[in-house]
Amino acid sequence: MHQIELRNIALEYASTENHVTALQDVSFSVEASEFLCVVGQSGCGKTTMLNIVAGFLKPTKGEILIGGKAVTGKGLDRGVVFQDFAQLFPWRTAQRNVEFGLEMKGISKEERAEIALRFLKLVNLEKFARSYPHELSGGMQQRVAIARALAYNPAVLLMDEPFAALDALTREEMQRFLVDVWRETKKTVIYVTHNVAEAVYLADRIIVFSPHPGTVKAQVKIALPRPRDTLSVEFLNYQKEVVYHIVERK
Amino acid sequence: MNRSRTRAALGALCSVGLACLIWEGFARSGLFAPALAPSLTLIVSALGRMVLSGAMLWHALYTLYRVLFGFVLASAVGVFIGILMGRFRRVERFFVPLVSVLMPIPSLAWVPVFILWFGLGNAATIALVFYAATFPAIFNTWTGVRSVNRLWIRSAEAMGADERALFQKVVLPGSLPFVIAGLRQAFARAWIAVVGGEMIAATNWGLGWVIFDSKEFLNTDVMMASLAVIGIIGFTFERLIFQTIEQRTVSRWGMVKTVRG
Ligand SMILES: Nc1ncnc2c1ncn2[C@@H]1O[C@H](COP(=O)(O)OP(=O)(O)OP(=O)(O)O)[C@@H](O)[C@H]1O
Ligand SMILES: [Mg+2]
Repeated sequence: MHQIELRNIALEYASTENHVTALQDVSFSVEASEFLCVVGQSGCGKTTMLNIVAGFLKPTKGEILIGGKAVTGKGLDRGVVFQDFAQLFPWRTAQRNVEFGLEMKGISKEERAEIALRFLKLVNLEKFARSYPHELSGGMQQRVAIARALAYNPAVLLMDEPFAALDALTREEMQRFLVDVWRETKKTVIYVTHNVAEAVYLADRIIVFSPHPGTVKAQVKIALPRPRDTLSVEFLNYQKEVVYHIVERK
Repeated sequence: MNRSRTRAALGALCSVGLACLIWEGFARSGLFAPALAPSLTLIVSALGRMVLSGAMLWHALYTLYRVLFGFVLASAVGVFIGILMGRFRRVERFFVPLVSVLMPIPSLAWVPVFILWFGLGNAATIALVFYAATFPAIFNTWTGVRSVNRLWIRSAEAMGADERALFQKVVLPGSLPFVIAGLRQAFARAWIAVVGGEMIAATNWGLGWVIFDSKEFLNTDVMMASLAVIGIIGFTFERLIFQTIEQRTVSRWGMVKTVRG
């Protein structure tokens, strides 16, 4: 059984002037504990797809199965990390941000604090538990967001370009770090990016979207051991292959 | 922190000192008769006399009672309506035209109406304060709720927040910068309204009443002394209450910049 399965998903944005078919007939599946990256040009519907899986948007057609069951809305089985640093609650300290999902689950105060600190430790931020988001750097804020999405223990982690707004050095560090966290927690991950090198570095498998309307164009399995050497010939060959799928005309 | 405080205090001292000098120059210029433009010494001695006799305290207390009564009521009602407007389309559609029409009417224009309804005394002035303060509170809260970052809502929903948790833990703190700004503006309006209202609708007590009453006997020193007290109280509220609240909350959270000076 697949952990996540999208069946013939279509989505149309209908505003008064024009209809945009953002997704058409999108089908793919993700295995448990798999790291799946979705790449494609800007505007090809990656964010739209992720928002559908997260339950923020209802597909016009098709269905989504998680753990074999059809889902329609949001759920605690999926954690979400966005691109924007502003996703953290500015009025809560790092620790209280991480505690939010646990609070919603009705977990006691002591237990909450303990779990939150454990996840802050996982992202190397236990020293900043009492800092407010604006006192942290962009990379630190994204790490808090990851800790927050992991803390209430969803089986699936959905990430939409979480490191896109970071500088190159921090981004590389965060990628290494994310692989470590993923191996430790064994989450199923769908990770959206338009950075091909990032996708090849992170993914077990890459799905390439093509635009207008957004649909799955190709799949590339990355059979490289981790940690990956970004300068090796194999790595670069994978990169070339993915880029080829992205730019190739239909 | 300490140094910038000292600097702010020095700055305040300079500007107040300058204002006093200009006043003194004006008073001695002979532009108006001395009885109409009293010198600083006269004003200060009038102030001292009234403070010592306890009269000033009572006037100030009456005014504070009226302004706080009206302001607190207006804040509660205003924030409540503002939040409902921001969350529910129907409430918004109902209140927007009402607020848009009532807000531009100067509160003082209502004084005669309120006197007819409530008679002379506390009730008319409090109603006036309430009227003046409600609309800024409504308007700013409404704006604040609408401006709450959508990502906060989505994150909270993804983490299982229901409508109530969303409201208490996200919408309310998320709109706080606007709510505080609204209450600040509401207080400023309330303060203007209370003094204006007292001039016409109050009997025997209140800072506004003293000023108006002094006109009959040409007690310009008492008038000026009361004006000074009005300024000082208004300033104290702005500084001690609103600025402190802001520093402990939205500034601490990095949601607004701290203002100094
Ligand atoms: N709220 C919306 N209303 C109308 N059309 C939209 C909306 N959001 C996205 N679209 C359209 O849907 C298409 C897919 O958008 P989407 O944001 O999913 O792309 P993306 O792959 O995430 O792009 P990027 O890499 O730039 O983030 C685009 O053509 C866009 O114009
Ligand atoms: Mg996107």
